[in-house]
Amino acid sequence: MKKKYFINANIIDPHNSLNEIGGIIIGENGKIEAVGKKVNTNNIPSREKVIDLNGKYIFPGIVDMRVFVGEPGYEYKENFRTLSEAALSGGVTSVVTMPNTNPVIDNVSIVDFLKRRGRDKSKINIYPTAALTVKAEGENMTEFGLLQSKGIIGFTDGVKTIQNPRIMNRIMNSASDLKSLIIQHAEDAELSKDGMINDGIIATKLGLQGIPISAELLIIERDLTLLEYNSCRYHISQISSANSVDIIRERRNKVNFSCGVSINNLSLNENDIGDFKTFLKLSPPLRTETDRNALVQGLKDETIDVIVSDHKPEDEENKRLTFAQAETGASGIETLLPLSLELYHNGSVELETIIKALTSKPAEILKINKGNLSIGNDADFCIVDINKPWVVRKEKLISKSKNTPIEDKKLQGKVISTFVNGEELFKSE
Amino acid sequence: MAIKSKKAIKISQKHLLGIQNLSVNDVNTILNEASEFIELNKSKNKKIDILKGKTQINLFFEPSTRTQSSFELAGKRLGADVMSMNITNSAIKKGETLIDTAMTLNAMHPDIIVIRHQDSGACNLLSQKVNCAVLNAGDGRREHPTQALLDALTIKNRRKKIEGLKIAICGDILHSRVARSNIYLLNMLGAEVNIVAPTNLMPKEIEKFGVNIFSDMKKGVKDCDIVMMLRLQNERMTSSFLSSNREYYEYYGLTPDKIKYAKEDALIMHPGPMNRGIEIDTNLADDINKSVIKEQVELGVAVRMACLKIFCE
Repeated sequence: MKKKYFINANIIDPHNSLNEIGGIIIGENGKIEAVGKKVNTNNIPSREKVIDLNGKYIFPGIVDMRVFVGEPGYEYKENFRTLSEAALSGGVTSVVTMPNTNPVIDNVSIVDFLKRRGRDKSKINIYPTAALTVKAEGENMTEFGLLQSKGIIGFTDGVKTIQNPRIMNRIMNSASDLKSLIIQHAEDAELSKDGMINDGIIATKLGLQGIPISAELLIIERDLTLLEYNSCRYHISQISSANSVDIIRERRNKVNFSCGVSINNLSLNENDIGDFKTFLKLSPPLRTETDRNALVQGLKDETIDVIVSDHKPEDEENKRLTFAQAETGASGIETLLPLSLELYHNGSVELETIIKALTSKPAEILKINKGNLSIGNDADFCIVDINKPWVVRKEKLISKSKNTPIEDKKLQGKVISTFVNGEELFKSE
Repeated sequence: MAIKSKKAIKISQKHLLGIQNLSVNDVNTILNEASEFIELNKSKNKKIDILKGKTQINLFFEPSTRTQSSFELAGKRLGADVMSMNITNSAIKKGETLIDTAMTLNAMHPDIIVIRHQDSGACNLLSQKVNCAVLNAGDGRREHPTQALLDALTIKNRRKKIEGLKIAICGDILHSRVARSNIYLLNMLGAEVNIVAPTNLMPKEIEKFGVNIFSDMKKGVKDCDIVMMLRLQNERMTSSFLSSNREYYEYYGLTPDKIKYAKEDALIMHPGPMNRGIEIDTNLADDINKSVIKEQVELGVAVRMACLKIFCE
């Protein structure tokens, strides 16, 4: 690989508190050799080819903590190859995959398969999670220790919640012994039974069973109470309501944990469901504008640590149904960054805070050396024109499934190219 | 009697999916048209031919006696060819999706499809996929527009107007499409609407629809001109929405004791089928001075004839 030189970029690297105009040098080994304002034409040999980025932005490669891939079992929805292509086009270079495949990722033998497929077919870094419980049924714990040693990054039942407090308590104890990361999808199954959207005026109007805010609160409060007695690495996958933000803000001083939010809940609200748009059937559900504002505030003051895409590819057959029958989830990895930039463009959140929640914060929680531009590290980064306007078109999506919740939305900010290990693996036309 | 053929009737919608989508003008158009059919339905020769050559498909995914027969009769009296699909034997039971069914039916060039489905929004989905008009005969717990229209017609027939009337809708509001359609319609026509239900059967934020909510039935029916009762599904008892039939009857059943709180000449309505002794006292249901339940059924045919005629055009 030839050495690469970029200059005149707005570099934001929250991990190294870098926010300045400068350049980046990528070594022949694909590692970062130098970065920042010191990198300019004055100290680059004149014979070298230098790319002037004219003020475009360089961010560390995005680390997306919640992604569904269809392998094994649902390859028709998304495979590792299509996932990595889609991710690259959105500046995402590392993903945490959910274990809700068929079969569920719950034992060592499947992990080997997964790692191999991820390595052979994917161009990005794949960090698989395994289920907390066998078949994600919420009953018997999986082998955290053995799975970890095979390369499992964390444990979650993905779309499901550990409902039984006794089991959750024991999971926390084991996680504490083995230093495992627990990721909880917070939703009480009884309170949310048959629920499809936020329990409120829209549910009443559309005649759909609601999911009350209390379903999320109950699990968060329960887990944080348990955590007081069983300290472990605990992460709430996504929160959706103003009340959740309040509780998390309040409990921060007492216990150590982290939490995430889906870009969908930061950008959309229940009104967007309109006339039964099944692409907006999400879990947790979209809630009111008041809730959305509270989530944005929570991101701003760093009560919320990370933004995830909650990328859940579903094919047409699972979405062209009545709302009750349609699958839950939306495709989103390609639009995660551009949609997040909306929060910067409309003045809601500082750019650096957004990038932090997409790069260094998730890496910190996962304890991986990614999401930064430290010298000597793998050169995973993206070049972004944060002002470039474009429109989301279903047919232009790279992901195998086209269930975007923001079709025809006008966005501002586009990834120009994405690098993994110093190699340019995506370049926009 | 002969129905005069008039110039094309104006309606803002292609489909009848819900009262939410209609304007006051649309509603009045339908009600006026329906009034003209009332006499026809009482005459000896009930059949006319304004829908001759038109094909009407009734697609009922949920069992229904009165709505389905009412639509069937309405279509036949207007001279349409009416086909009722028996879902229990159809491809849907074999796993065909609603959209595929819609495509299949669409290929047969129907002029109108009447659909009832257990899922809210099913009629909206269908309407996006077919070329003909779609009439909603009840979707999940969302809307049942022709029921609300026939209720309005019944009230209008008895009281000459709806504006200014005080109307109580009582019972299982949460699961009721009839309640939702009636709330939209009666509000639109200027009535004051009271909603009476135990909190477990009250939908979230329903007060935002511009209605008064009560968990005490006596207060809810106080000084009302109309008391509209809803059917209570039996399965509500098993999932702890309610404790028992007898307790429900005691607190939310329409009894001679509770109707006293309404106006003296208050009318009693019920969309049927009734659970006598659960949501309504059996004598009250049959009281010819108060109950207009049979009239609702009668006018139902007229309203559906009007809807078929208008939306077929």
